This record gives sequence, C-alpha cells and structure tokens, in this order.
Amino acid sequence: MSPIESPAVAAPRGAAPARPMWHVMLVRPETMTLALLVLGVLVASEISPYFLDIRYILKSFTLSAEFAIVALVLTMVIISGEIDLSPASNMALSACLFAYALQAGAPMPLAIGVGLLAGLAMGALNAFMIIGLQLPSIIVTIGTLTLYRGLAQVIAGDKSIRVPESFTGVDTALLLGVPVPVLIFMALSLALGLVLGATIFGRQIYLIGTNEIAARHAGVRSRRIKTFLFLAMGLVSAVAGLMTASRLGSVRYDLGIGGELQMVLMAMLGGTYIFGGRGTILGTFLAAWLLVIVTTGMIVADWLPAYQLCVLGVLLILSIVATNIIYSRTER
Amino acid sequence: MIAKRLLKPLLGAVAALALTSAAFAADQLKIVYIGKNTGNPYFDSITGGFEDACKKVGCDFKFVAPATAEATSQIPFIEAQIQRGVNVIGIAPNSPDALNKVFDEARAKGILVLTVNGDITGNESHRDATILPTNFDKVGADQVEMVGSLIGYEGEIAILSATTEAPDQNKWIVGMKETLAKDPKYAKMKLVATVYGDDQPEKSTTEMEALLSNFPNLKGVIAPTTVGIAAAAQVVQSRKLADKVHVTGLGLPSEMRPFIKDGTVKAFQLWSPYNEGWLSVYFAKGVLDKSIKNEVGATFDVPTLGKETINKGNSINTQASLTTFDAKNIDDYHF
Repeated sequence: MSPIESPAVAAPRGAAPARPMWHVMLVRPETMTLALLVLGVLVASEISPYFLDIRYILKSFTLSAEFAIVALVLTMVIISGEIDLSPASNMALSACLFAYALQAGAPMPLAIGVGLLAGLAMGALNAFMIIGLQLPSIIVTIGTLTLYRGLAQVIAGDKSIRVPESFTGVDTALLLGVPVPVLIFMALSLALGLVLGATIFGRQIYLIGTNEIAARHAGVRSRRIKTFLFLAMGLVSAVAGLMTASRLGSVRYDLGIGGELQMVLMAMLGGTYIFGGRGTILGTFLAAWLLVIVTTGMIVADWLPAYQLCVLGVLLILSIVATNIIYSRTER
Repeated sequence: MIAKRLLKPLLGAVAALALTSAAFAADQLKIVYIGKNTGNPYFDSITGGFEDACKKVGCDFKFVAPATAEATSQIPFIEAQIQRGVNVIGIAPNSPDALNKVFDEARAKGILVLTVNGDITGNESHRDATILPTNFDKVGADQVEMVGSLIGYEGEIAILSATTEAPDQNKWIVGMKETLAKDPKYAKMKLVATVYGDDQPEKSTTEMEALLSNFPNLKGVIAPTTVGIAAAAQVVQSRKLADKVHVTGLGLPSEMRPFIKDGTVKAFQLWSPYNEGWLSVYFAKGVLDKSIKNEVGATFDVPTLGKETINKGNSINTQASLTTFDAKNIDDYHF
C-alpha cells in the first residue's frame, strides 16, 4: 500500500523485480470496490426505473452518512492494528447526554459541548484501557459497546427525547445542491486521505499497524499516536450522534444501534486489512457509496430483505477474499 | 486480473436476480404497506386484507418490510416508496417519533400516510390517520373479564407480557390493574406477578415455569401477546395442569387451535388483522377520491364491516371490541 515502493536500484541481487507501475496502480482492493460501485449503479438502474435520480441517491446517502463519517476514522484505527466497536453506542450516549442537557435547560452551545465532550471522554476511556492497560482493543470495545449503550438507556430511559426544531434538519440543508452530511463526509475523506497518504503521521500509522515493535524501535511514538486515534474516534462518533439527532428530530437510547457493523463493513469493503498495516481512505470512501448504492437499489426495487442480506453477505465475502488474495500476491 | 475473475460470477448472479424484479403498473392507485419486520406471521394476515381489498377496488399493492424492527430501519423503505411515487403509505411504525421527519416529507409530496395496527402516540400530527384493530383502551378490562369468567372471579392471577418496553402491552397492563382495583366484581382476584417473556418462545416458557413454581396457588394467567400465550399454553399442556391453571390472553387462532381442541385453553381473544388491511384500502381510496372526509366524527361504510367512525385524533377502530375464540368458533378463523 505504501506509495513509495522499495527503490529498484537498491534491490539486492536475486530479489523479485519491482512491480511495474500499472500493476501498483491497478491491482489493489480499491480497484475492485470501484468496479463493484460502477456495476452496482448499472444493475440498480436496470432493476428499478426509480433508482437513477441523483437527488434520491444523495438523500439516501444522508441516511448512512453518520456511519460513513465514523468509518473514515475507524479505517485509520484498523490500519494502526486496532479496532473500535463502540462508536455506535458512543453516538447514542453522546446524543442522549446532549438531549438530556437541553431538556435540563442548558443553552444550545453548552449542550453541544456536553455531547462532544462526552464523546471525547468515551474515546479516552477506550484509549486508557487499550493503550494504558495494554488490553486487546476488540475485548475492550465490545465491553464499552455494551456499557455506553446501557448508560444511554439509564439516562434516557425507554422514552425518546425531542430535540428543538431549530437543531433539526442537517440532512435537508443543501449546499450547492448537496446535502450537508454528504459534504461533511466528502471534506473529511479528503482531509483524512491527505493525512494518511501524504504526511509523516500517516506513514507512522501504517508502520505501527505493520510492526509495532519495529515502529517503536524506529522512534515512532506509537502509544501517543494510538491514543490520539481513539480520542479522534470518540469525538467523531459524538459528532455523528448529534447529526443523527438532528436528522431524526429525537433521541433514544437505541440510536444507531448495530451501526458498528456497517462501519466495519465499509472499511472491509474498501480493502482495509483487518490485521492492520494496509488500507486507504479512498477505499472506505468508495465502499460507503457502494453500500448505499447497493442497499438503496435493492430497497427501491422492493426486494425482500432476505435477498438483500444475501447480496450484502456475498459482497463482504468477495471483498475479504479479494483483499487477501491481492495483499498476499503483492507482499511487501 | 483477479478482480475480473471474481467479478464474472457476480455479474451472472446479479443479472439473474435482476430478471426476477417485477414490472410496475402505471396510473393505478399505488398502495404500500410497510411492516415492522419480515418473517412475522401476524403481518401476513394484515397484508391479506390489503391484497384482497386492492383486488376488489382495483389498486396496485405491495408489502415491504425491513429485516429488523429497529426504530430507524423503516426510514430507507419510506424514502424508497416516496421515490417510487406511491399514493398511500400504510405502516406499522417501529418508533413513535423517529419517523416524524420522513412522514412529513412523504405528506409534503401528497402521499396519504396511515399508521395501521399501531400508532405514533404523541406525534399524531405527522400522519393522516390511524387504523387500529380495536379500541385499545378497553383491551385491559376485556382481558380481566375473560380470565375472571374462567376462574370464577376468585384467586391468584399473573400476567405474562412481551418486553418491558412494549407500548401496547404496557397500556393494556395499566388497564388491567385499574380494572382489578376499581371494579368490585373482581375484588377477590389478586394479581400476584407481572413477568416478561420478551416475545421469545424460550424466555416466555422459562418465565411461565417460574410463575408455576413461585405461585403454587396460581389460577389464571393472562398473556396479552401471541408469543407469550402460545408458550404458556405449551407449558400447561406438557405439565397437564389445564384444570388448575387457566391460560388466556391474546393469541392467533392458527397457533392456538391445538390447545383449544385438546382443552388446554378454554378461550382467548384477539381482533382480526385481516380486517385492518381491508378497511385501510377502502378508507385510503375514499379519502383520495374525496368520497370520505378525513375528519373527526365523519362516518363511512366498508363492505362486510359496515359503518366505521373516525374518532378523536383521526383514529379508526376496525372493530368495537375484541373477538373471543373458543371451541365453538375456532375453526372459522384462519390467521
């Protein structure tokens, strides 16, 4: 995945020849994601005459935009060799705290601050257990996935809390004809794509995911970088939670339930390697669109959910198989 | 190369599936009913009513539902139906308020939004009307009378409900408690426990077993949920306790038939989900062709059901009270 391949000149005798440029550019998981995306659009337009309407597609994307935004940061976490399964619960708890603060009479900016701070604190708790206590991230975040959701239910109960009309409608607000959540997603993709692909910080994330011990010996402050990633995860989850609250106009403890699977799915479909070290923001960006196109296409064609689940399952398996084949053939 | 090799079979599979998608009818009244989730036999019956009525009046009907019943899982389905340009959206809402925004969007496009078999209580202004199975305010009292008549209005009773959050069940349980407390007719009946089987057969069975061991003098059990009553009846049947413990509640005739036939259950109640679908179609068509005024107090006639009234909050009760099923009439019902 590294843009700078080992320079051919320095290669010792007997080493495999450097891969030709076209090979580096094309034989990569994102190529398949893109191909599937194009195929998805073609098939969806074929099975329903109502599908190919850019406004409808963008509108449908806003329904998944919150998860897609979190998936971008999650991609970086996975590349660093960790996982975070708690963001959807984090979304619910931050949104519940936000709505609770509003209900208690807090002014809007303060309530938003409470929500964002809560998200950051949840990220910090994950970071403390994973980096501070050296516990496996999958176990820790399965734990906090349950804990944050439980706390959300303690705070909000079984009832939903309304958010004021002035806060709602982020999904219907358009800028240049594009819904705001879609724009946020695009902007964040661009920013994180640059950070991951073109900065030293980004290269260090790949290095940590490839071999953390080697990275540390090379002077990479892996603990600091990972802590930063989990904090970013907490913050972006809170933002996503508030966006969901704005879209739905109400908050309940079950907000975004099950969303962590969609986020992981987006990263995997985009070719991020589950064991770390490989993956790109571009891949996740394409995969988010792929997922929306495929599900929207099937729903507007009135397909039964059973078929929809099968198609999604096949897509995921296909992407995992392809990712593994491609990565094993293009071994570093 | 590899990508190509992998893509080929997928292309074939998708193309094959694409062929199965049906052609759509134009210019006809398009009605869709969005269920809570798929794989729920209760909705088959409502859908049956929609389908038959649509055949009679000539409209295009479709049933769709998400795979799971989360609060927001119906939103993409509503968006898709708006995009398809349907005239009527009937829906069993999964959330009392998470759908408000998308309902508003649909209605802004001129779509008639009806909640069928469950309402968005507290957010009634976001839908056009609701079609309910029966007067839900009376279900609690009806059920207490039912169990009272079975146990001779004397002794310990218990309630086996769905989940602790189920809004309908909770409303009925409040009604049961009020009836027991206020009506002197039921003064000798004592509610000893309310337990929750979460609408899962295994959990409901466990809860029923626990009731029997914790309360040896238990005489009656009300299970106001189709899963709960079937599980409770199963426990009583296998333990051969039909003479001692009377199980009743709300159940599906198709599921309860064997228990009625062998005497495990004497009687239980429900409404007809089929009629809800049937009524929805006639109501929707009437409102759209302006032969029915969708305002409180208006009345209209529906074939086989007779005169229906639009009550407060634009709500229509398909039938006035619950239907009781027993050995005499169980064979007349097939849902």
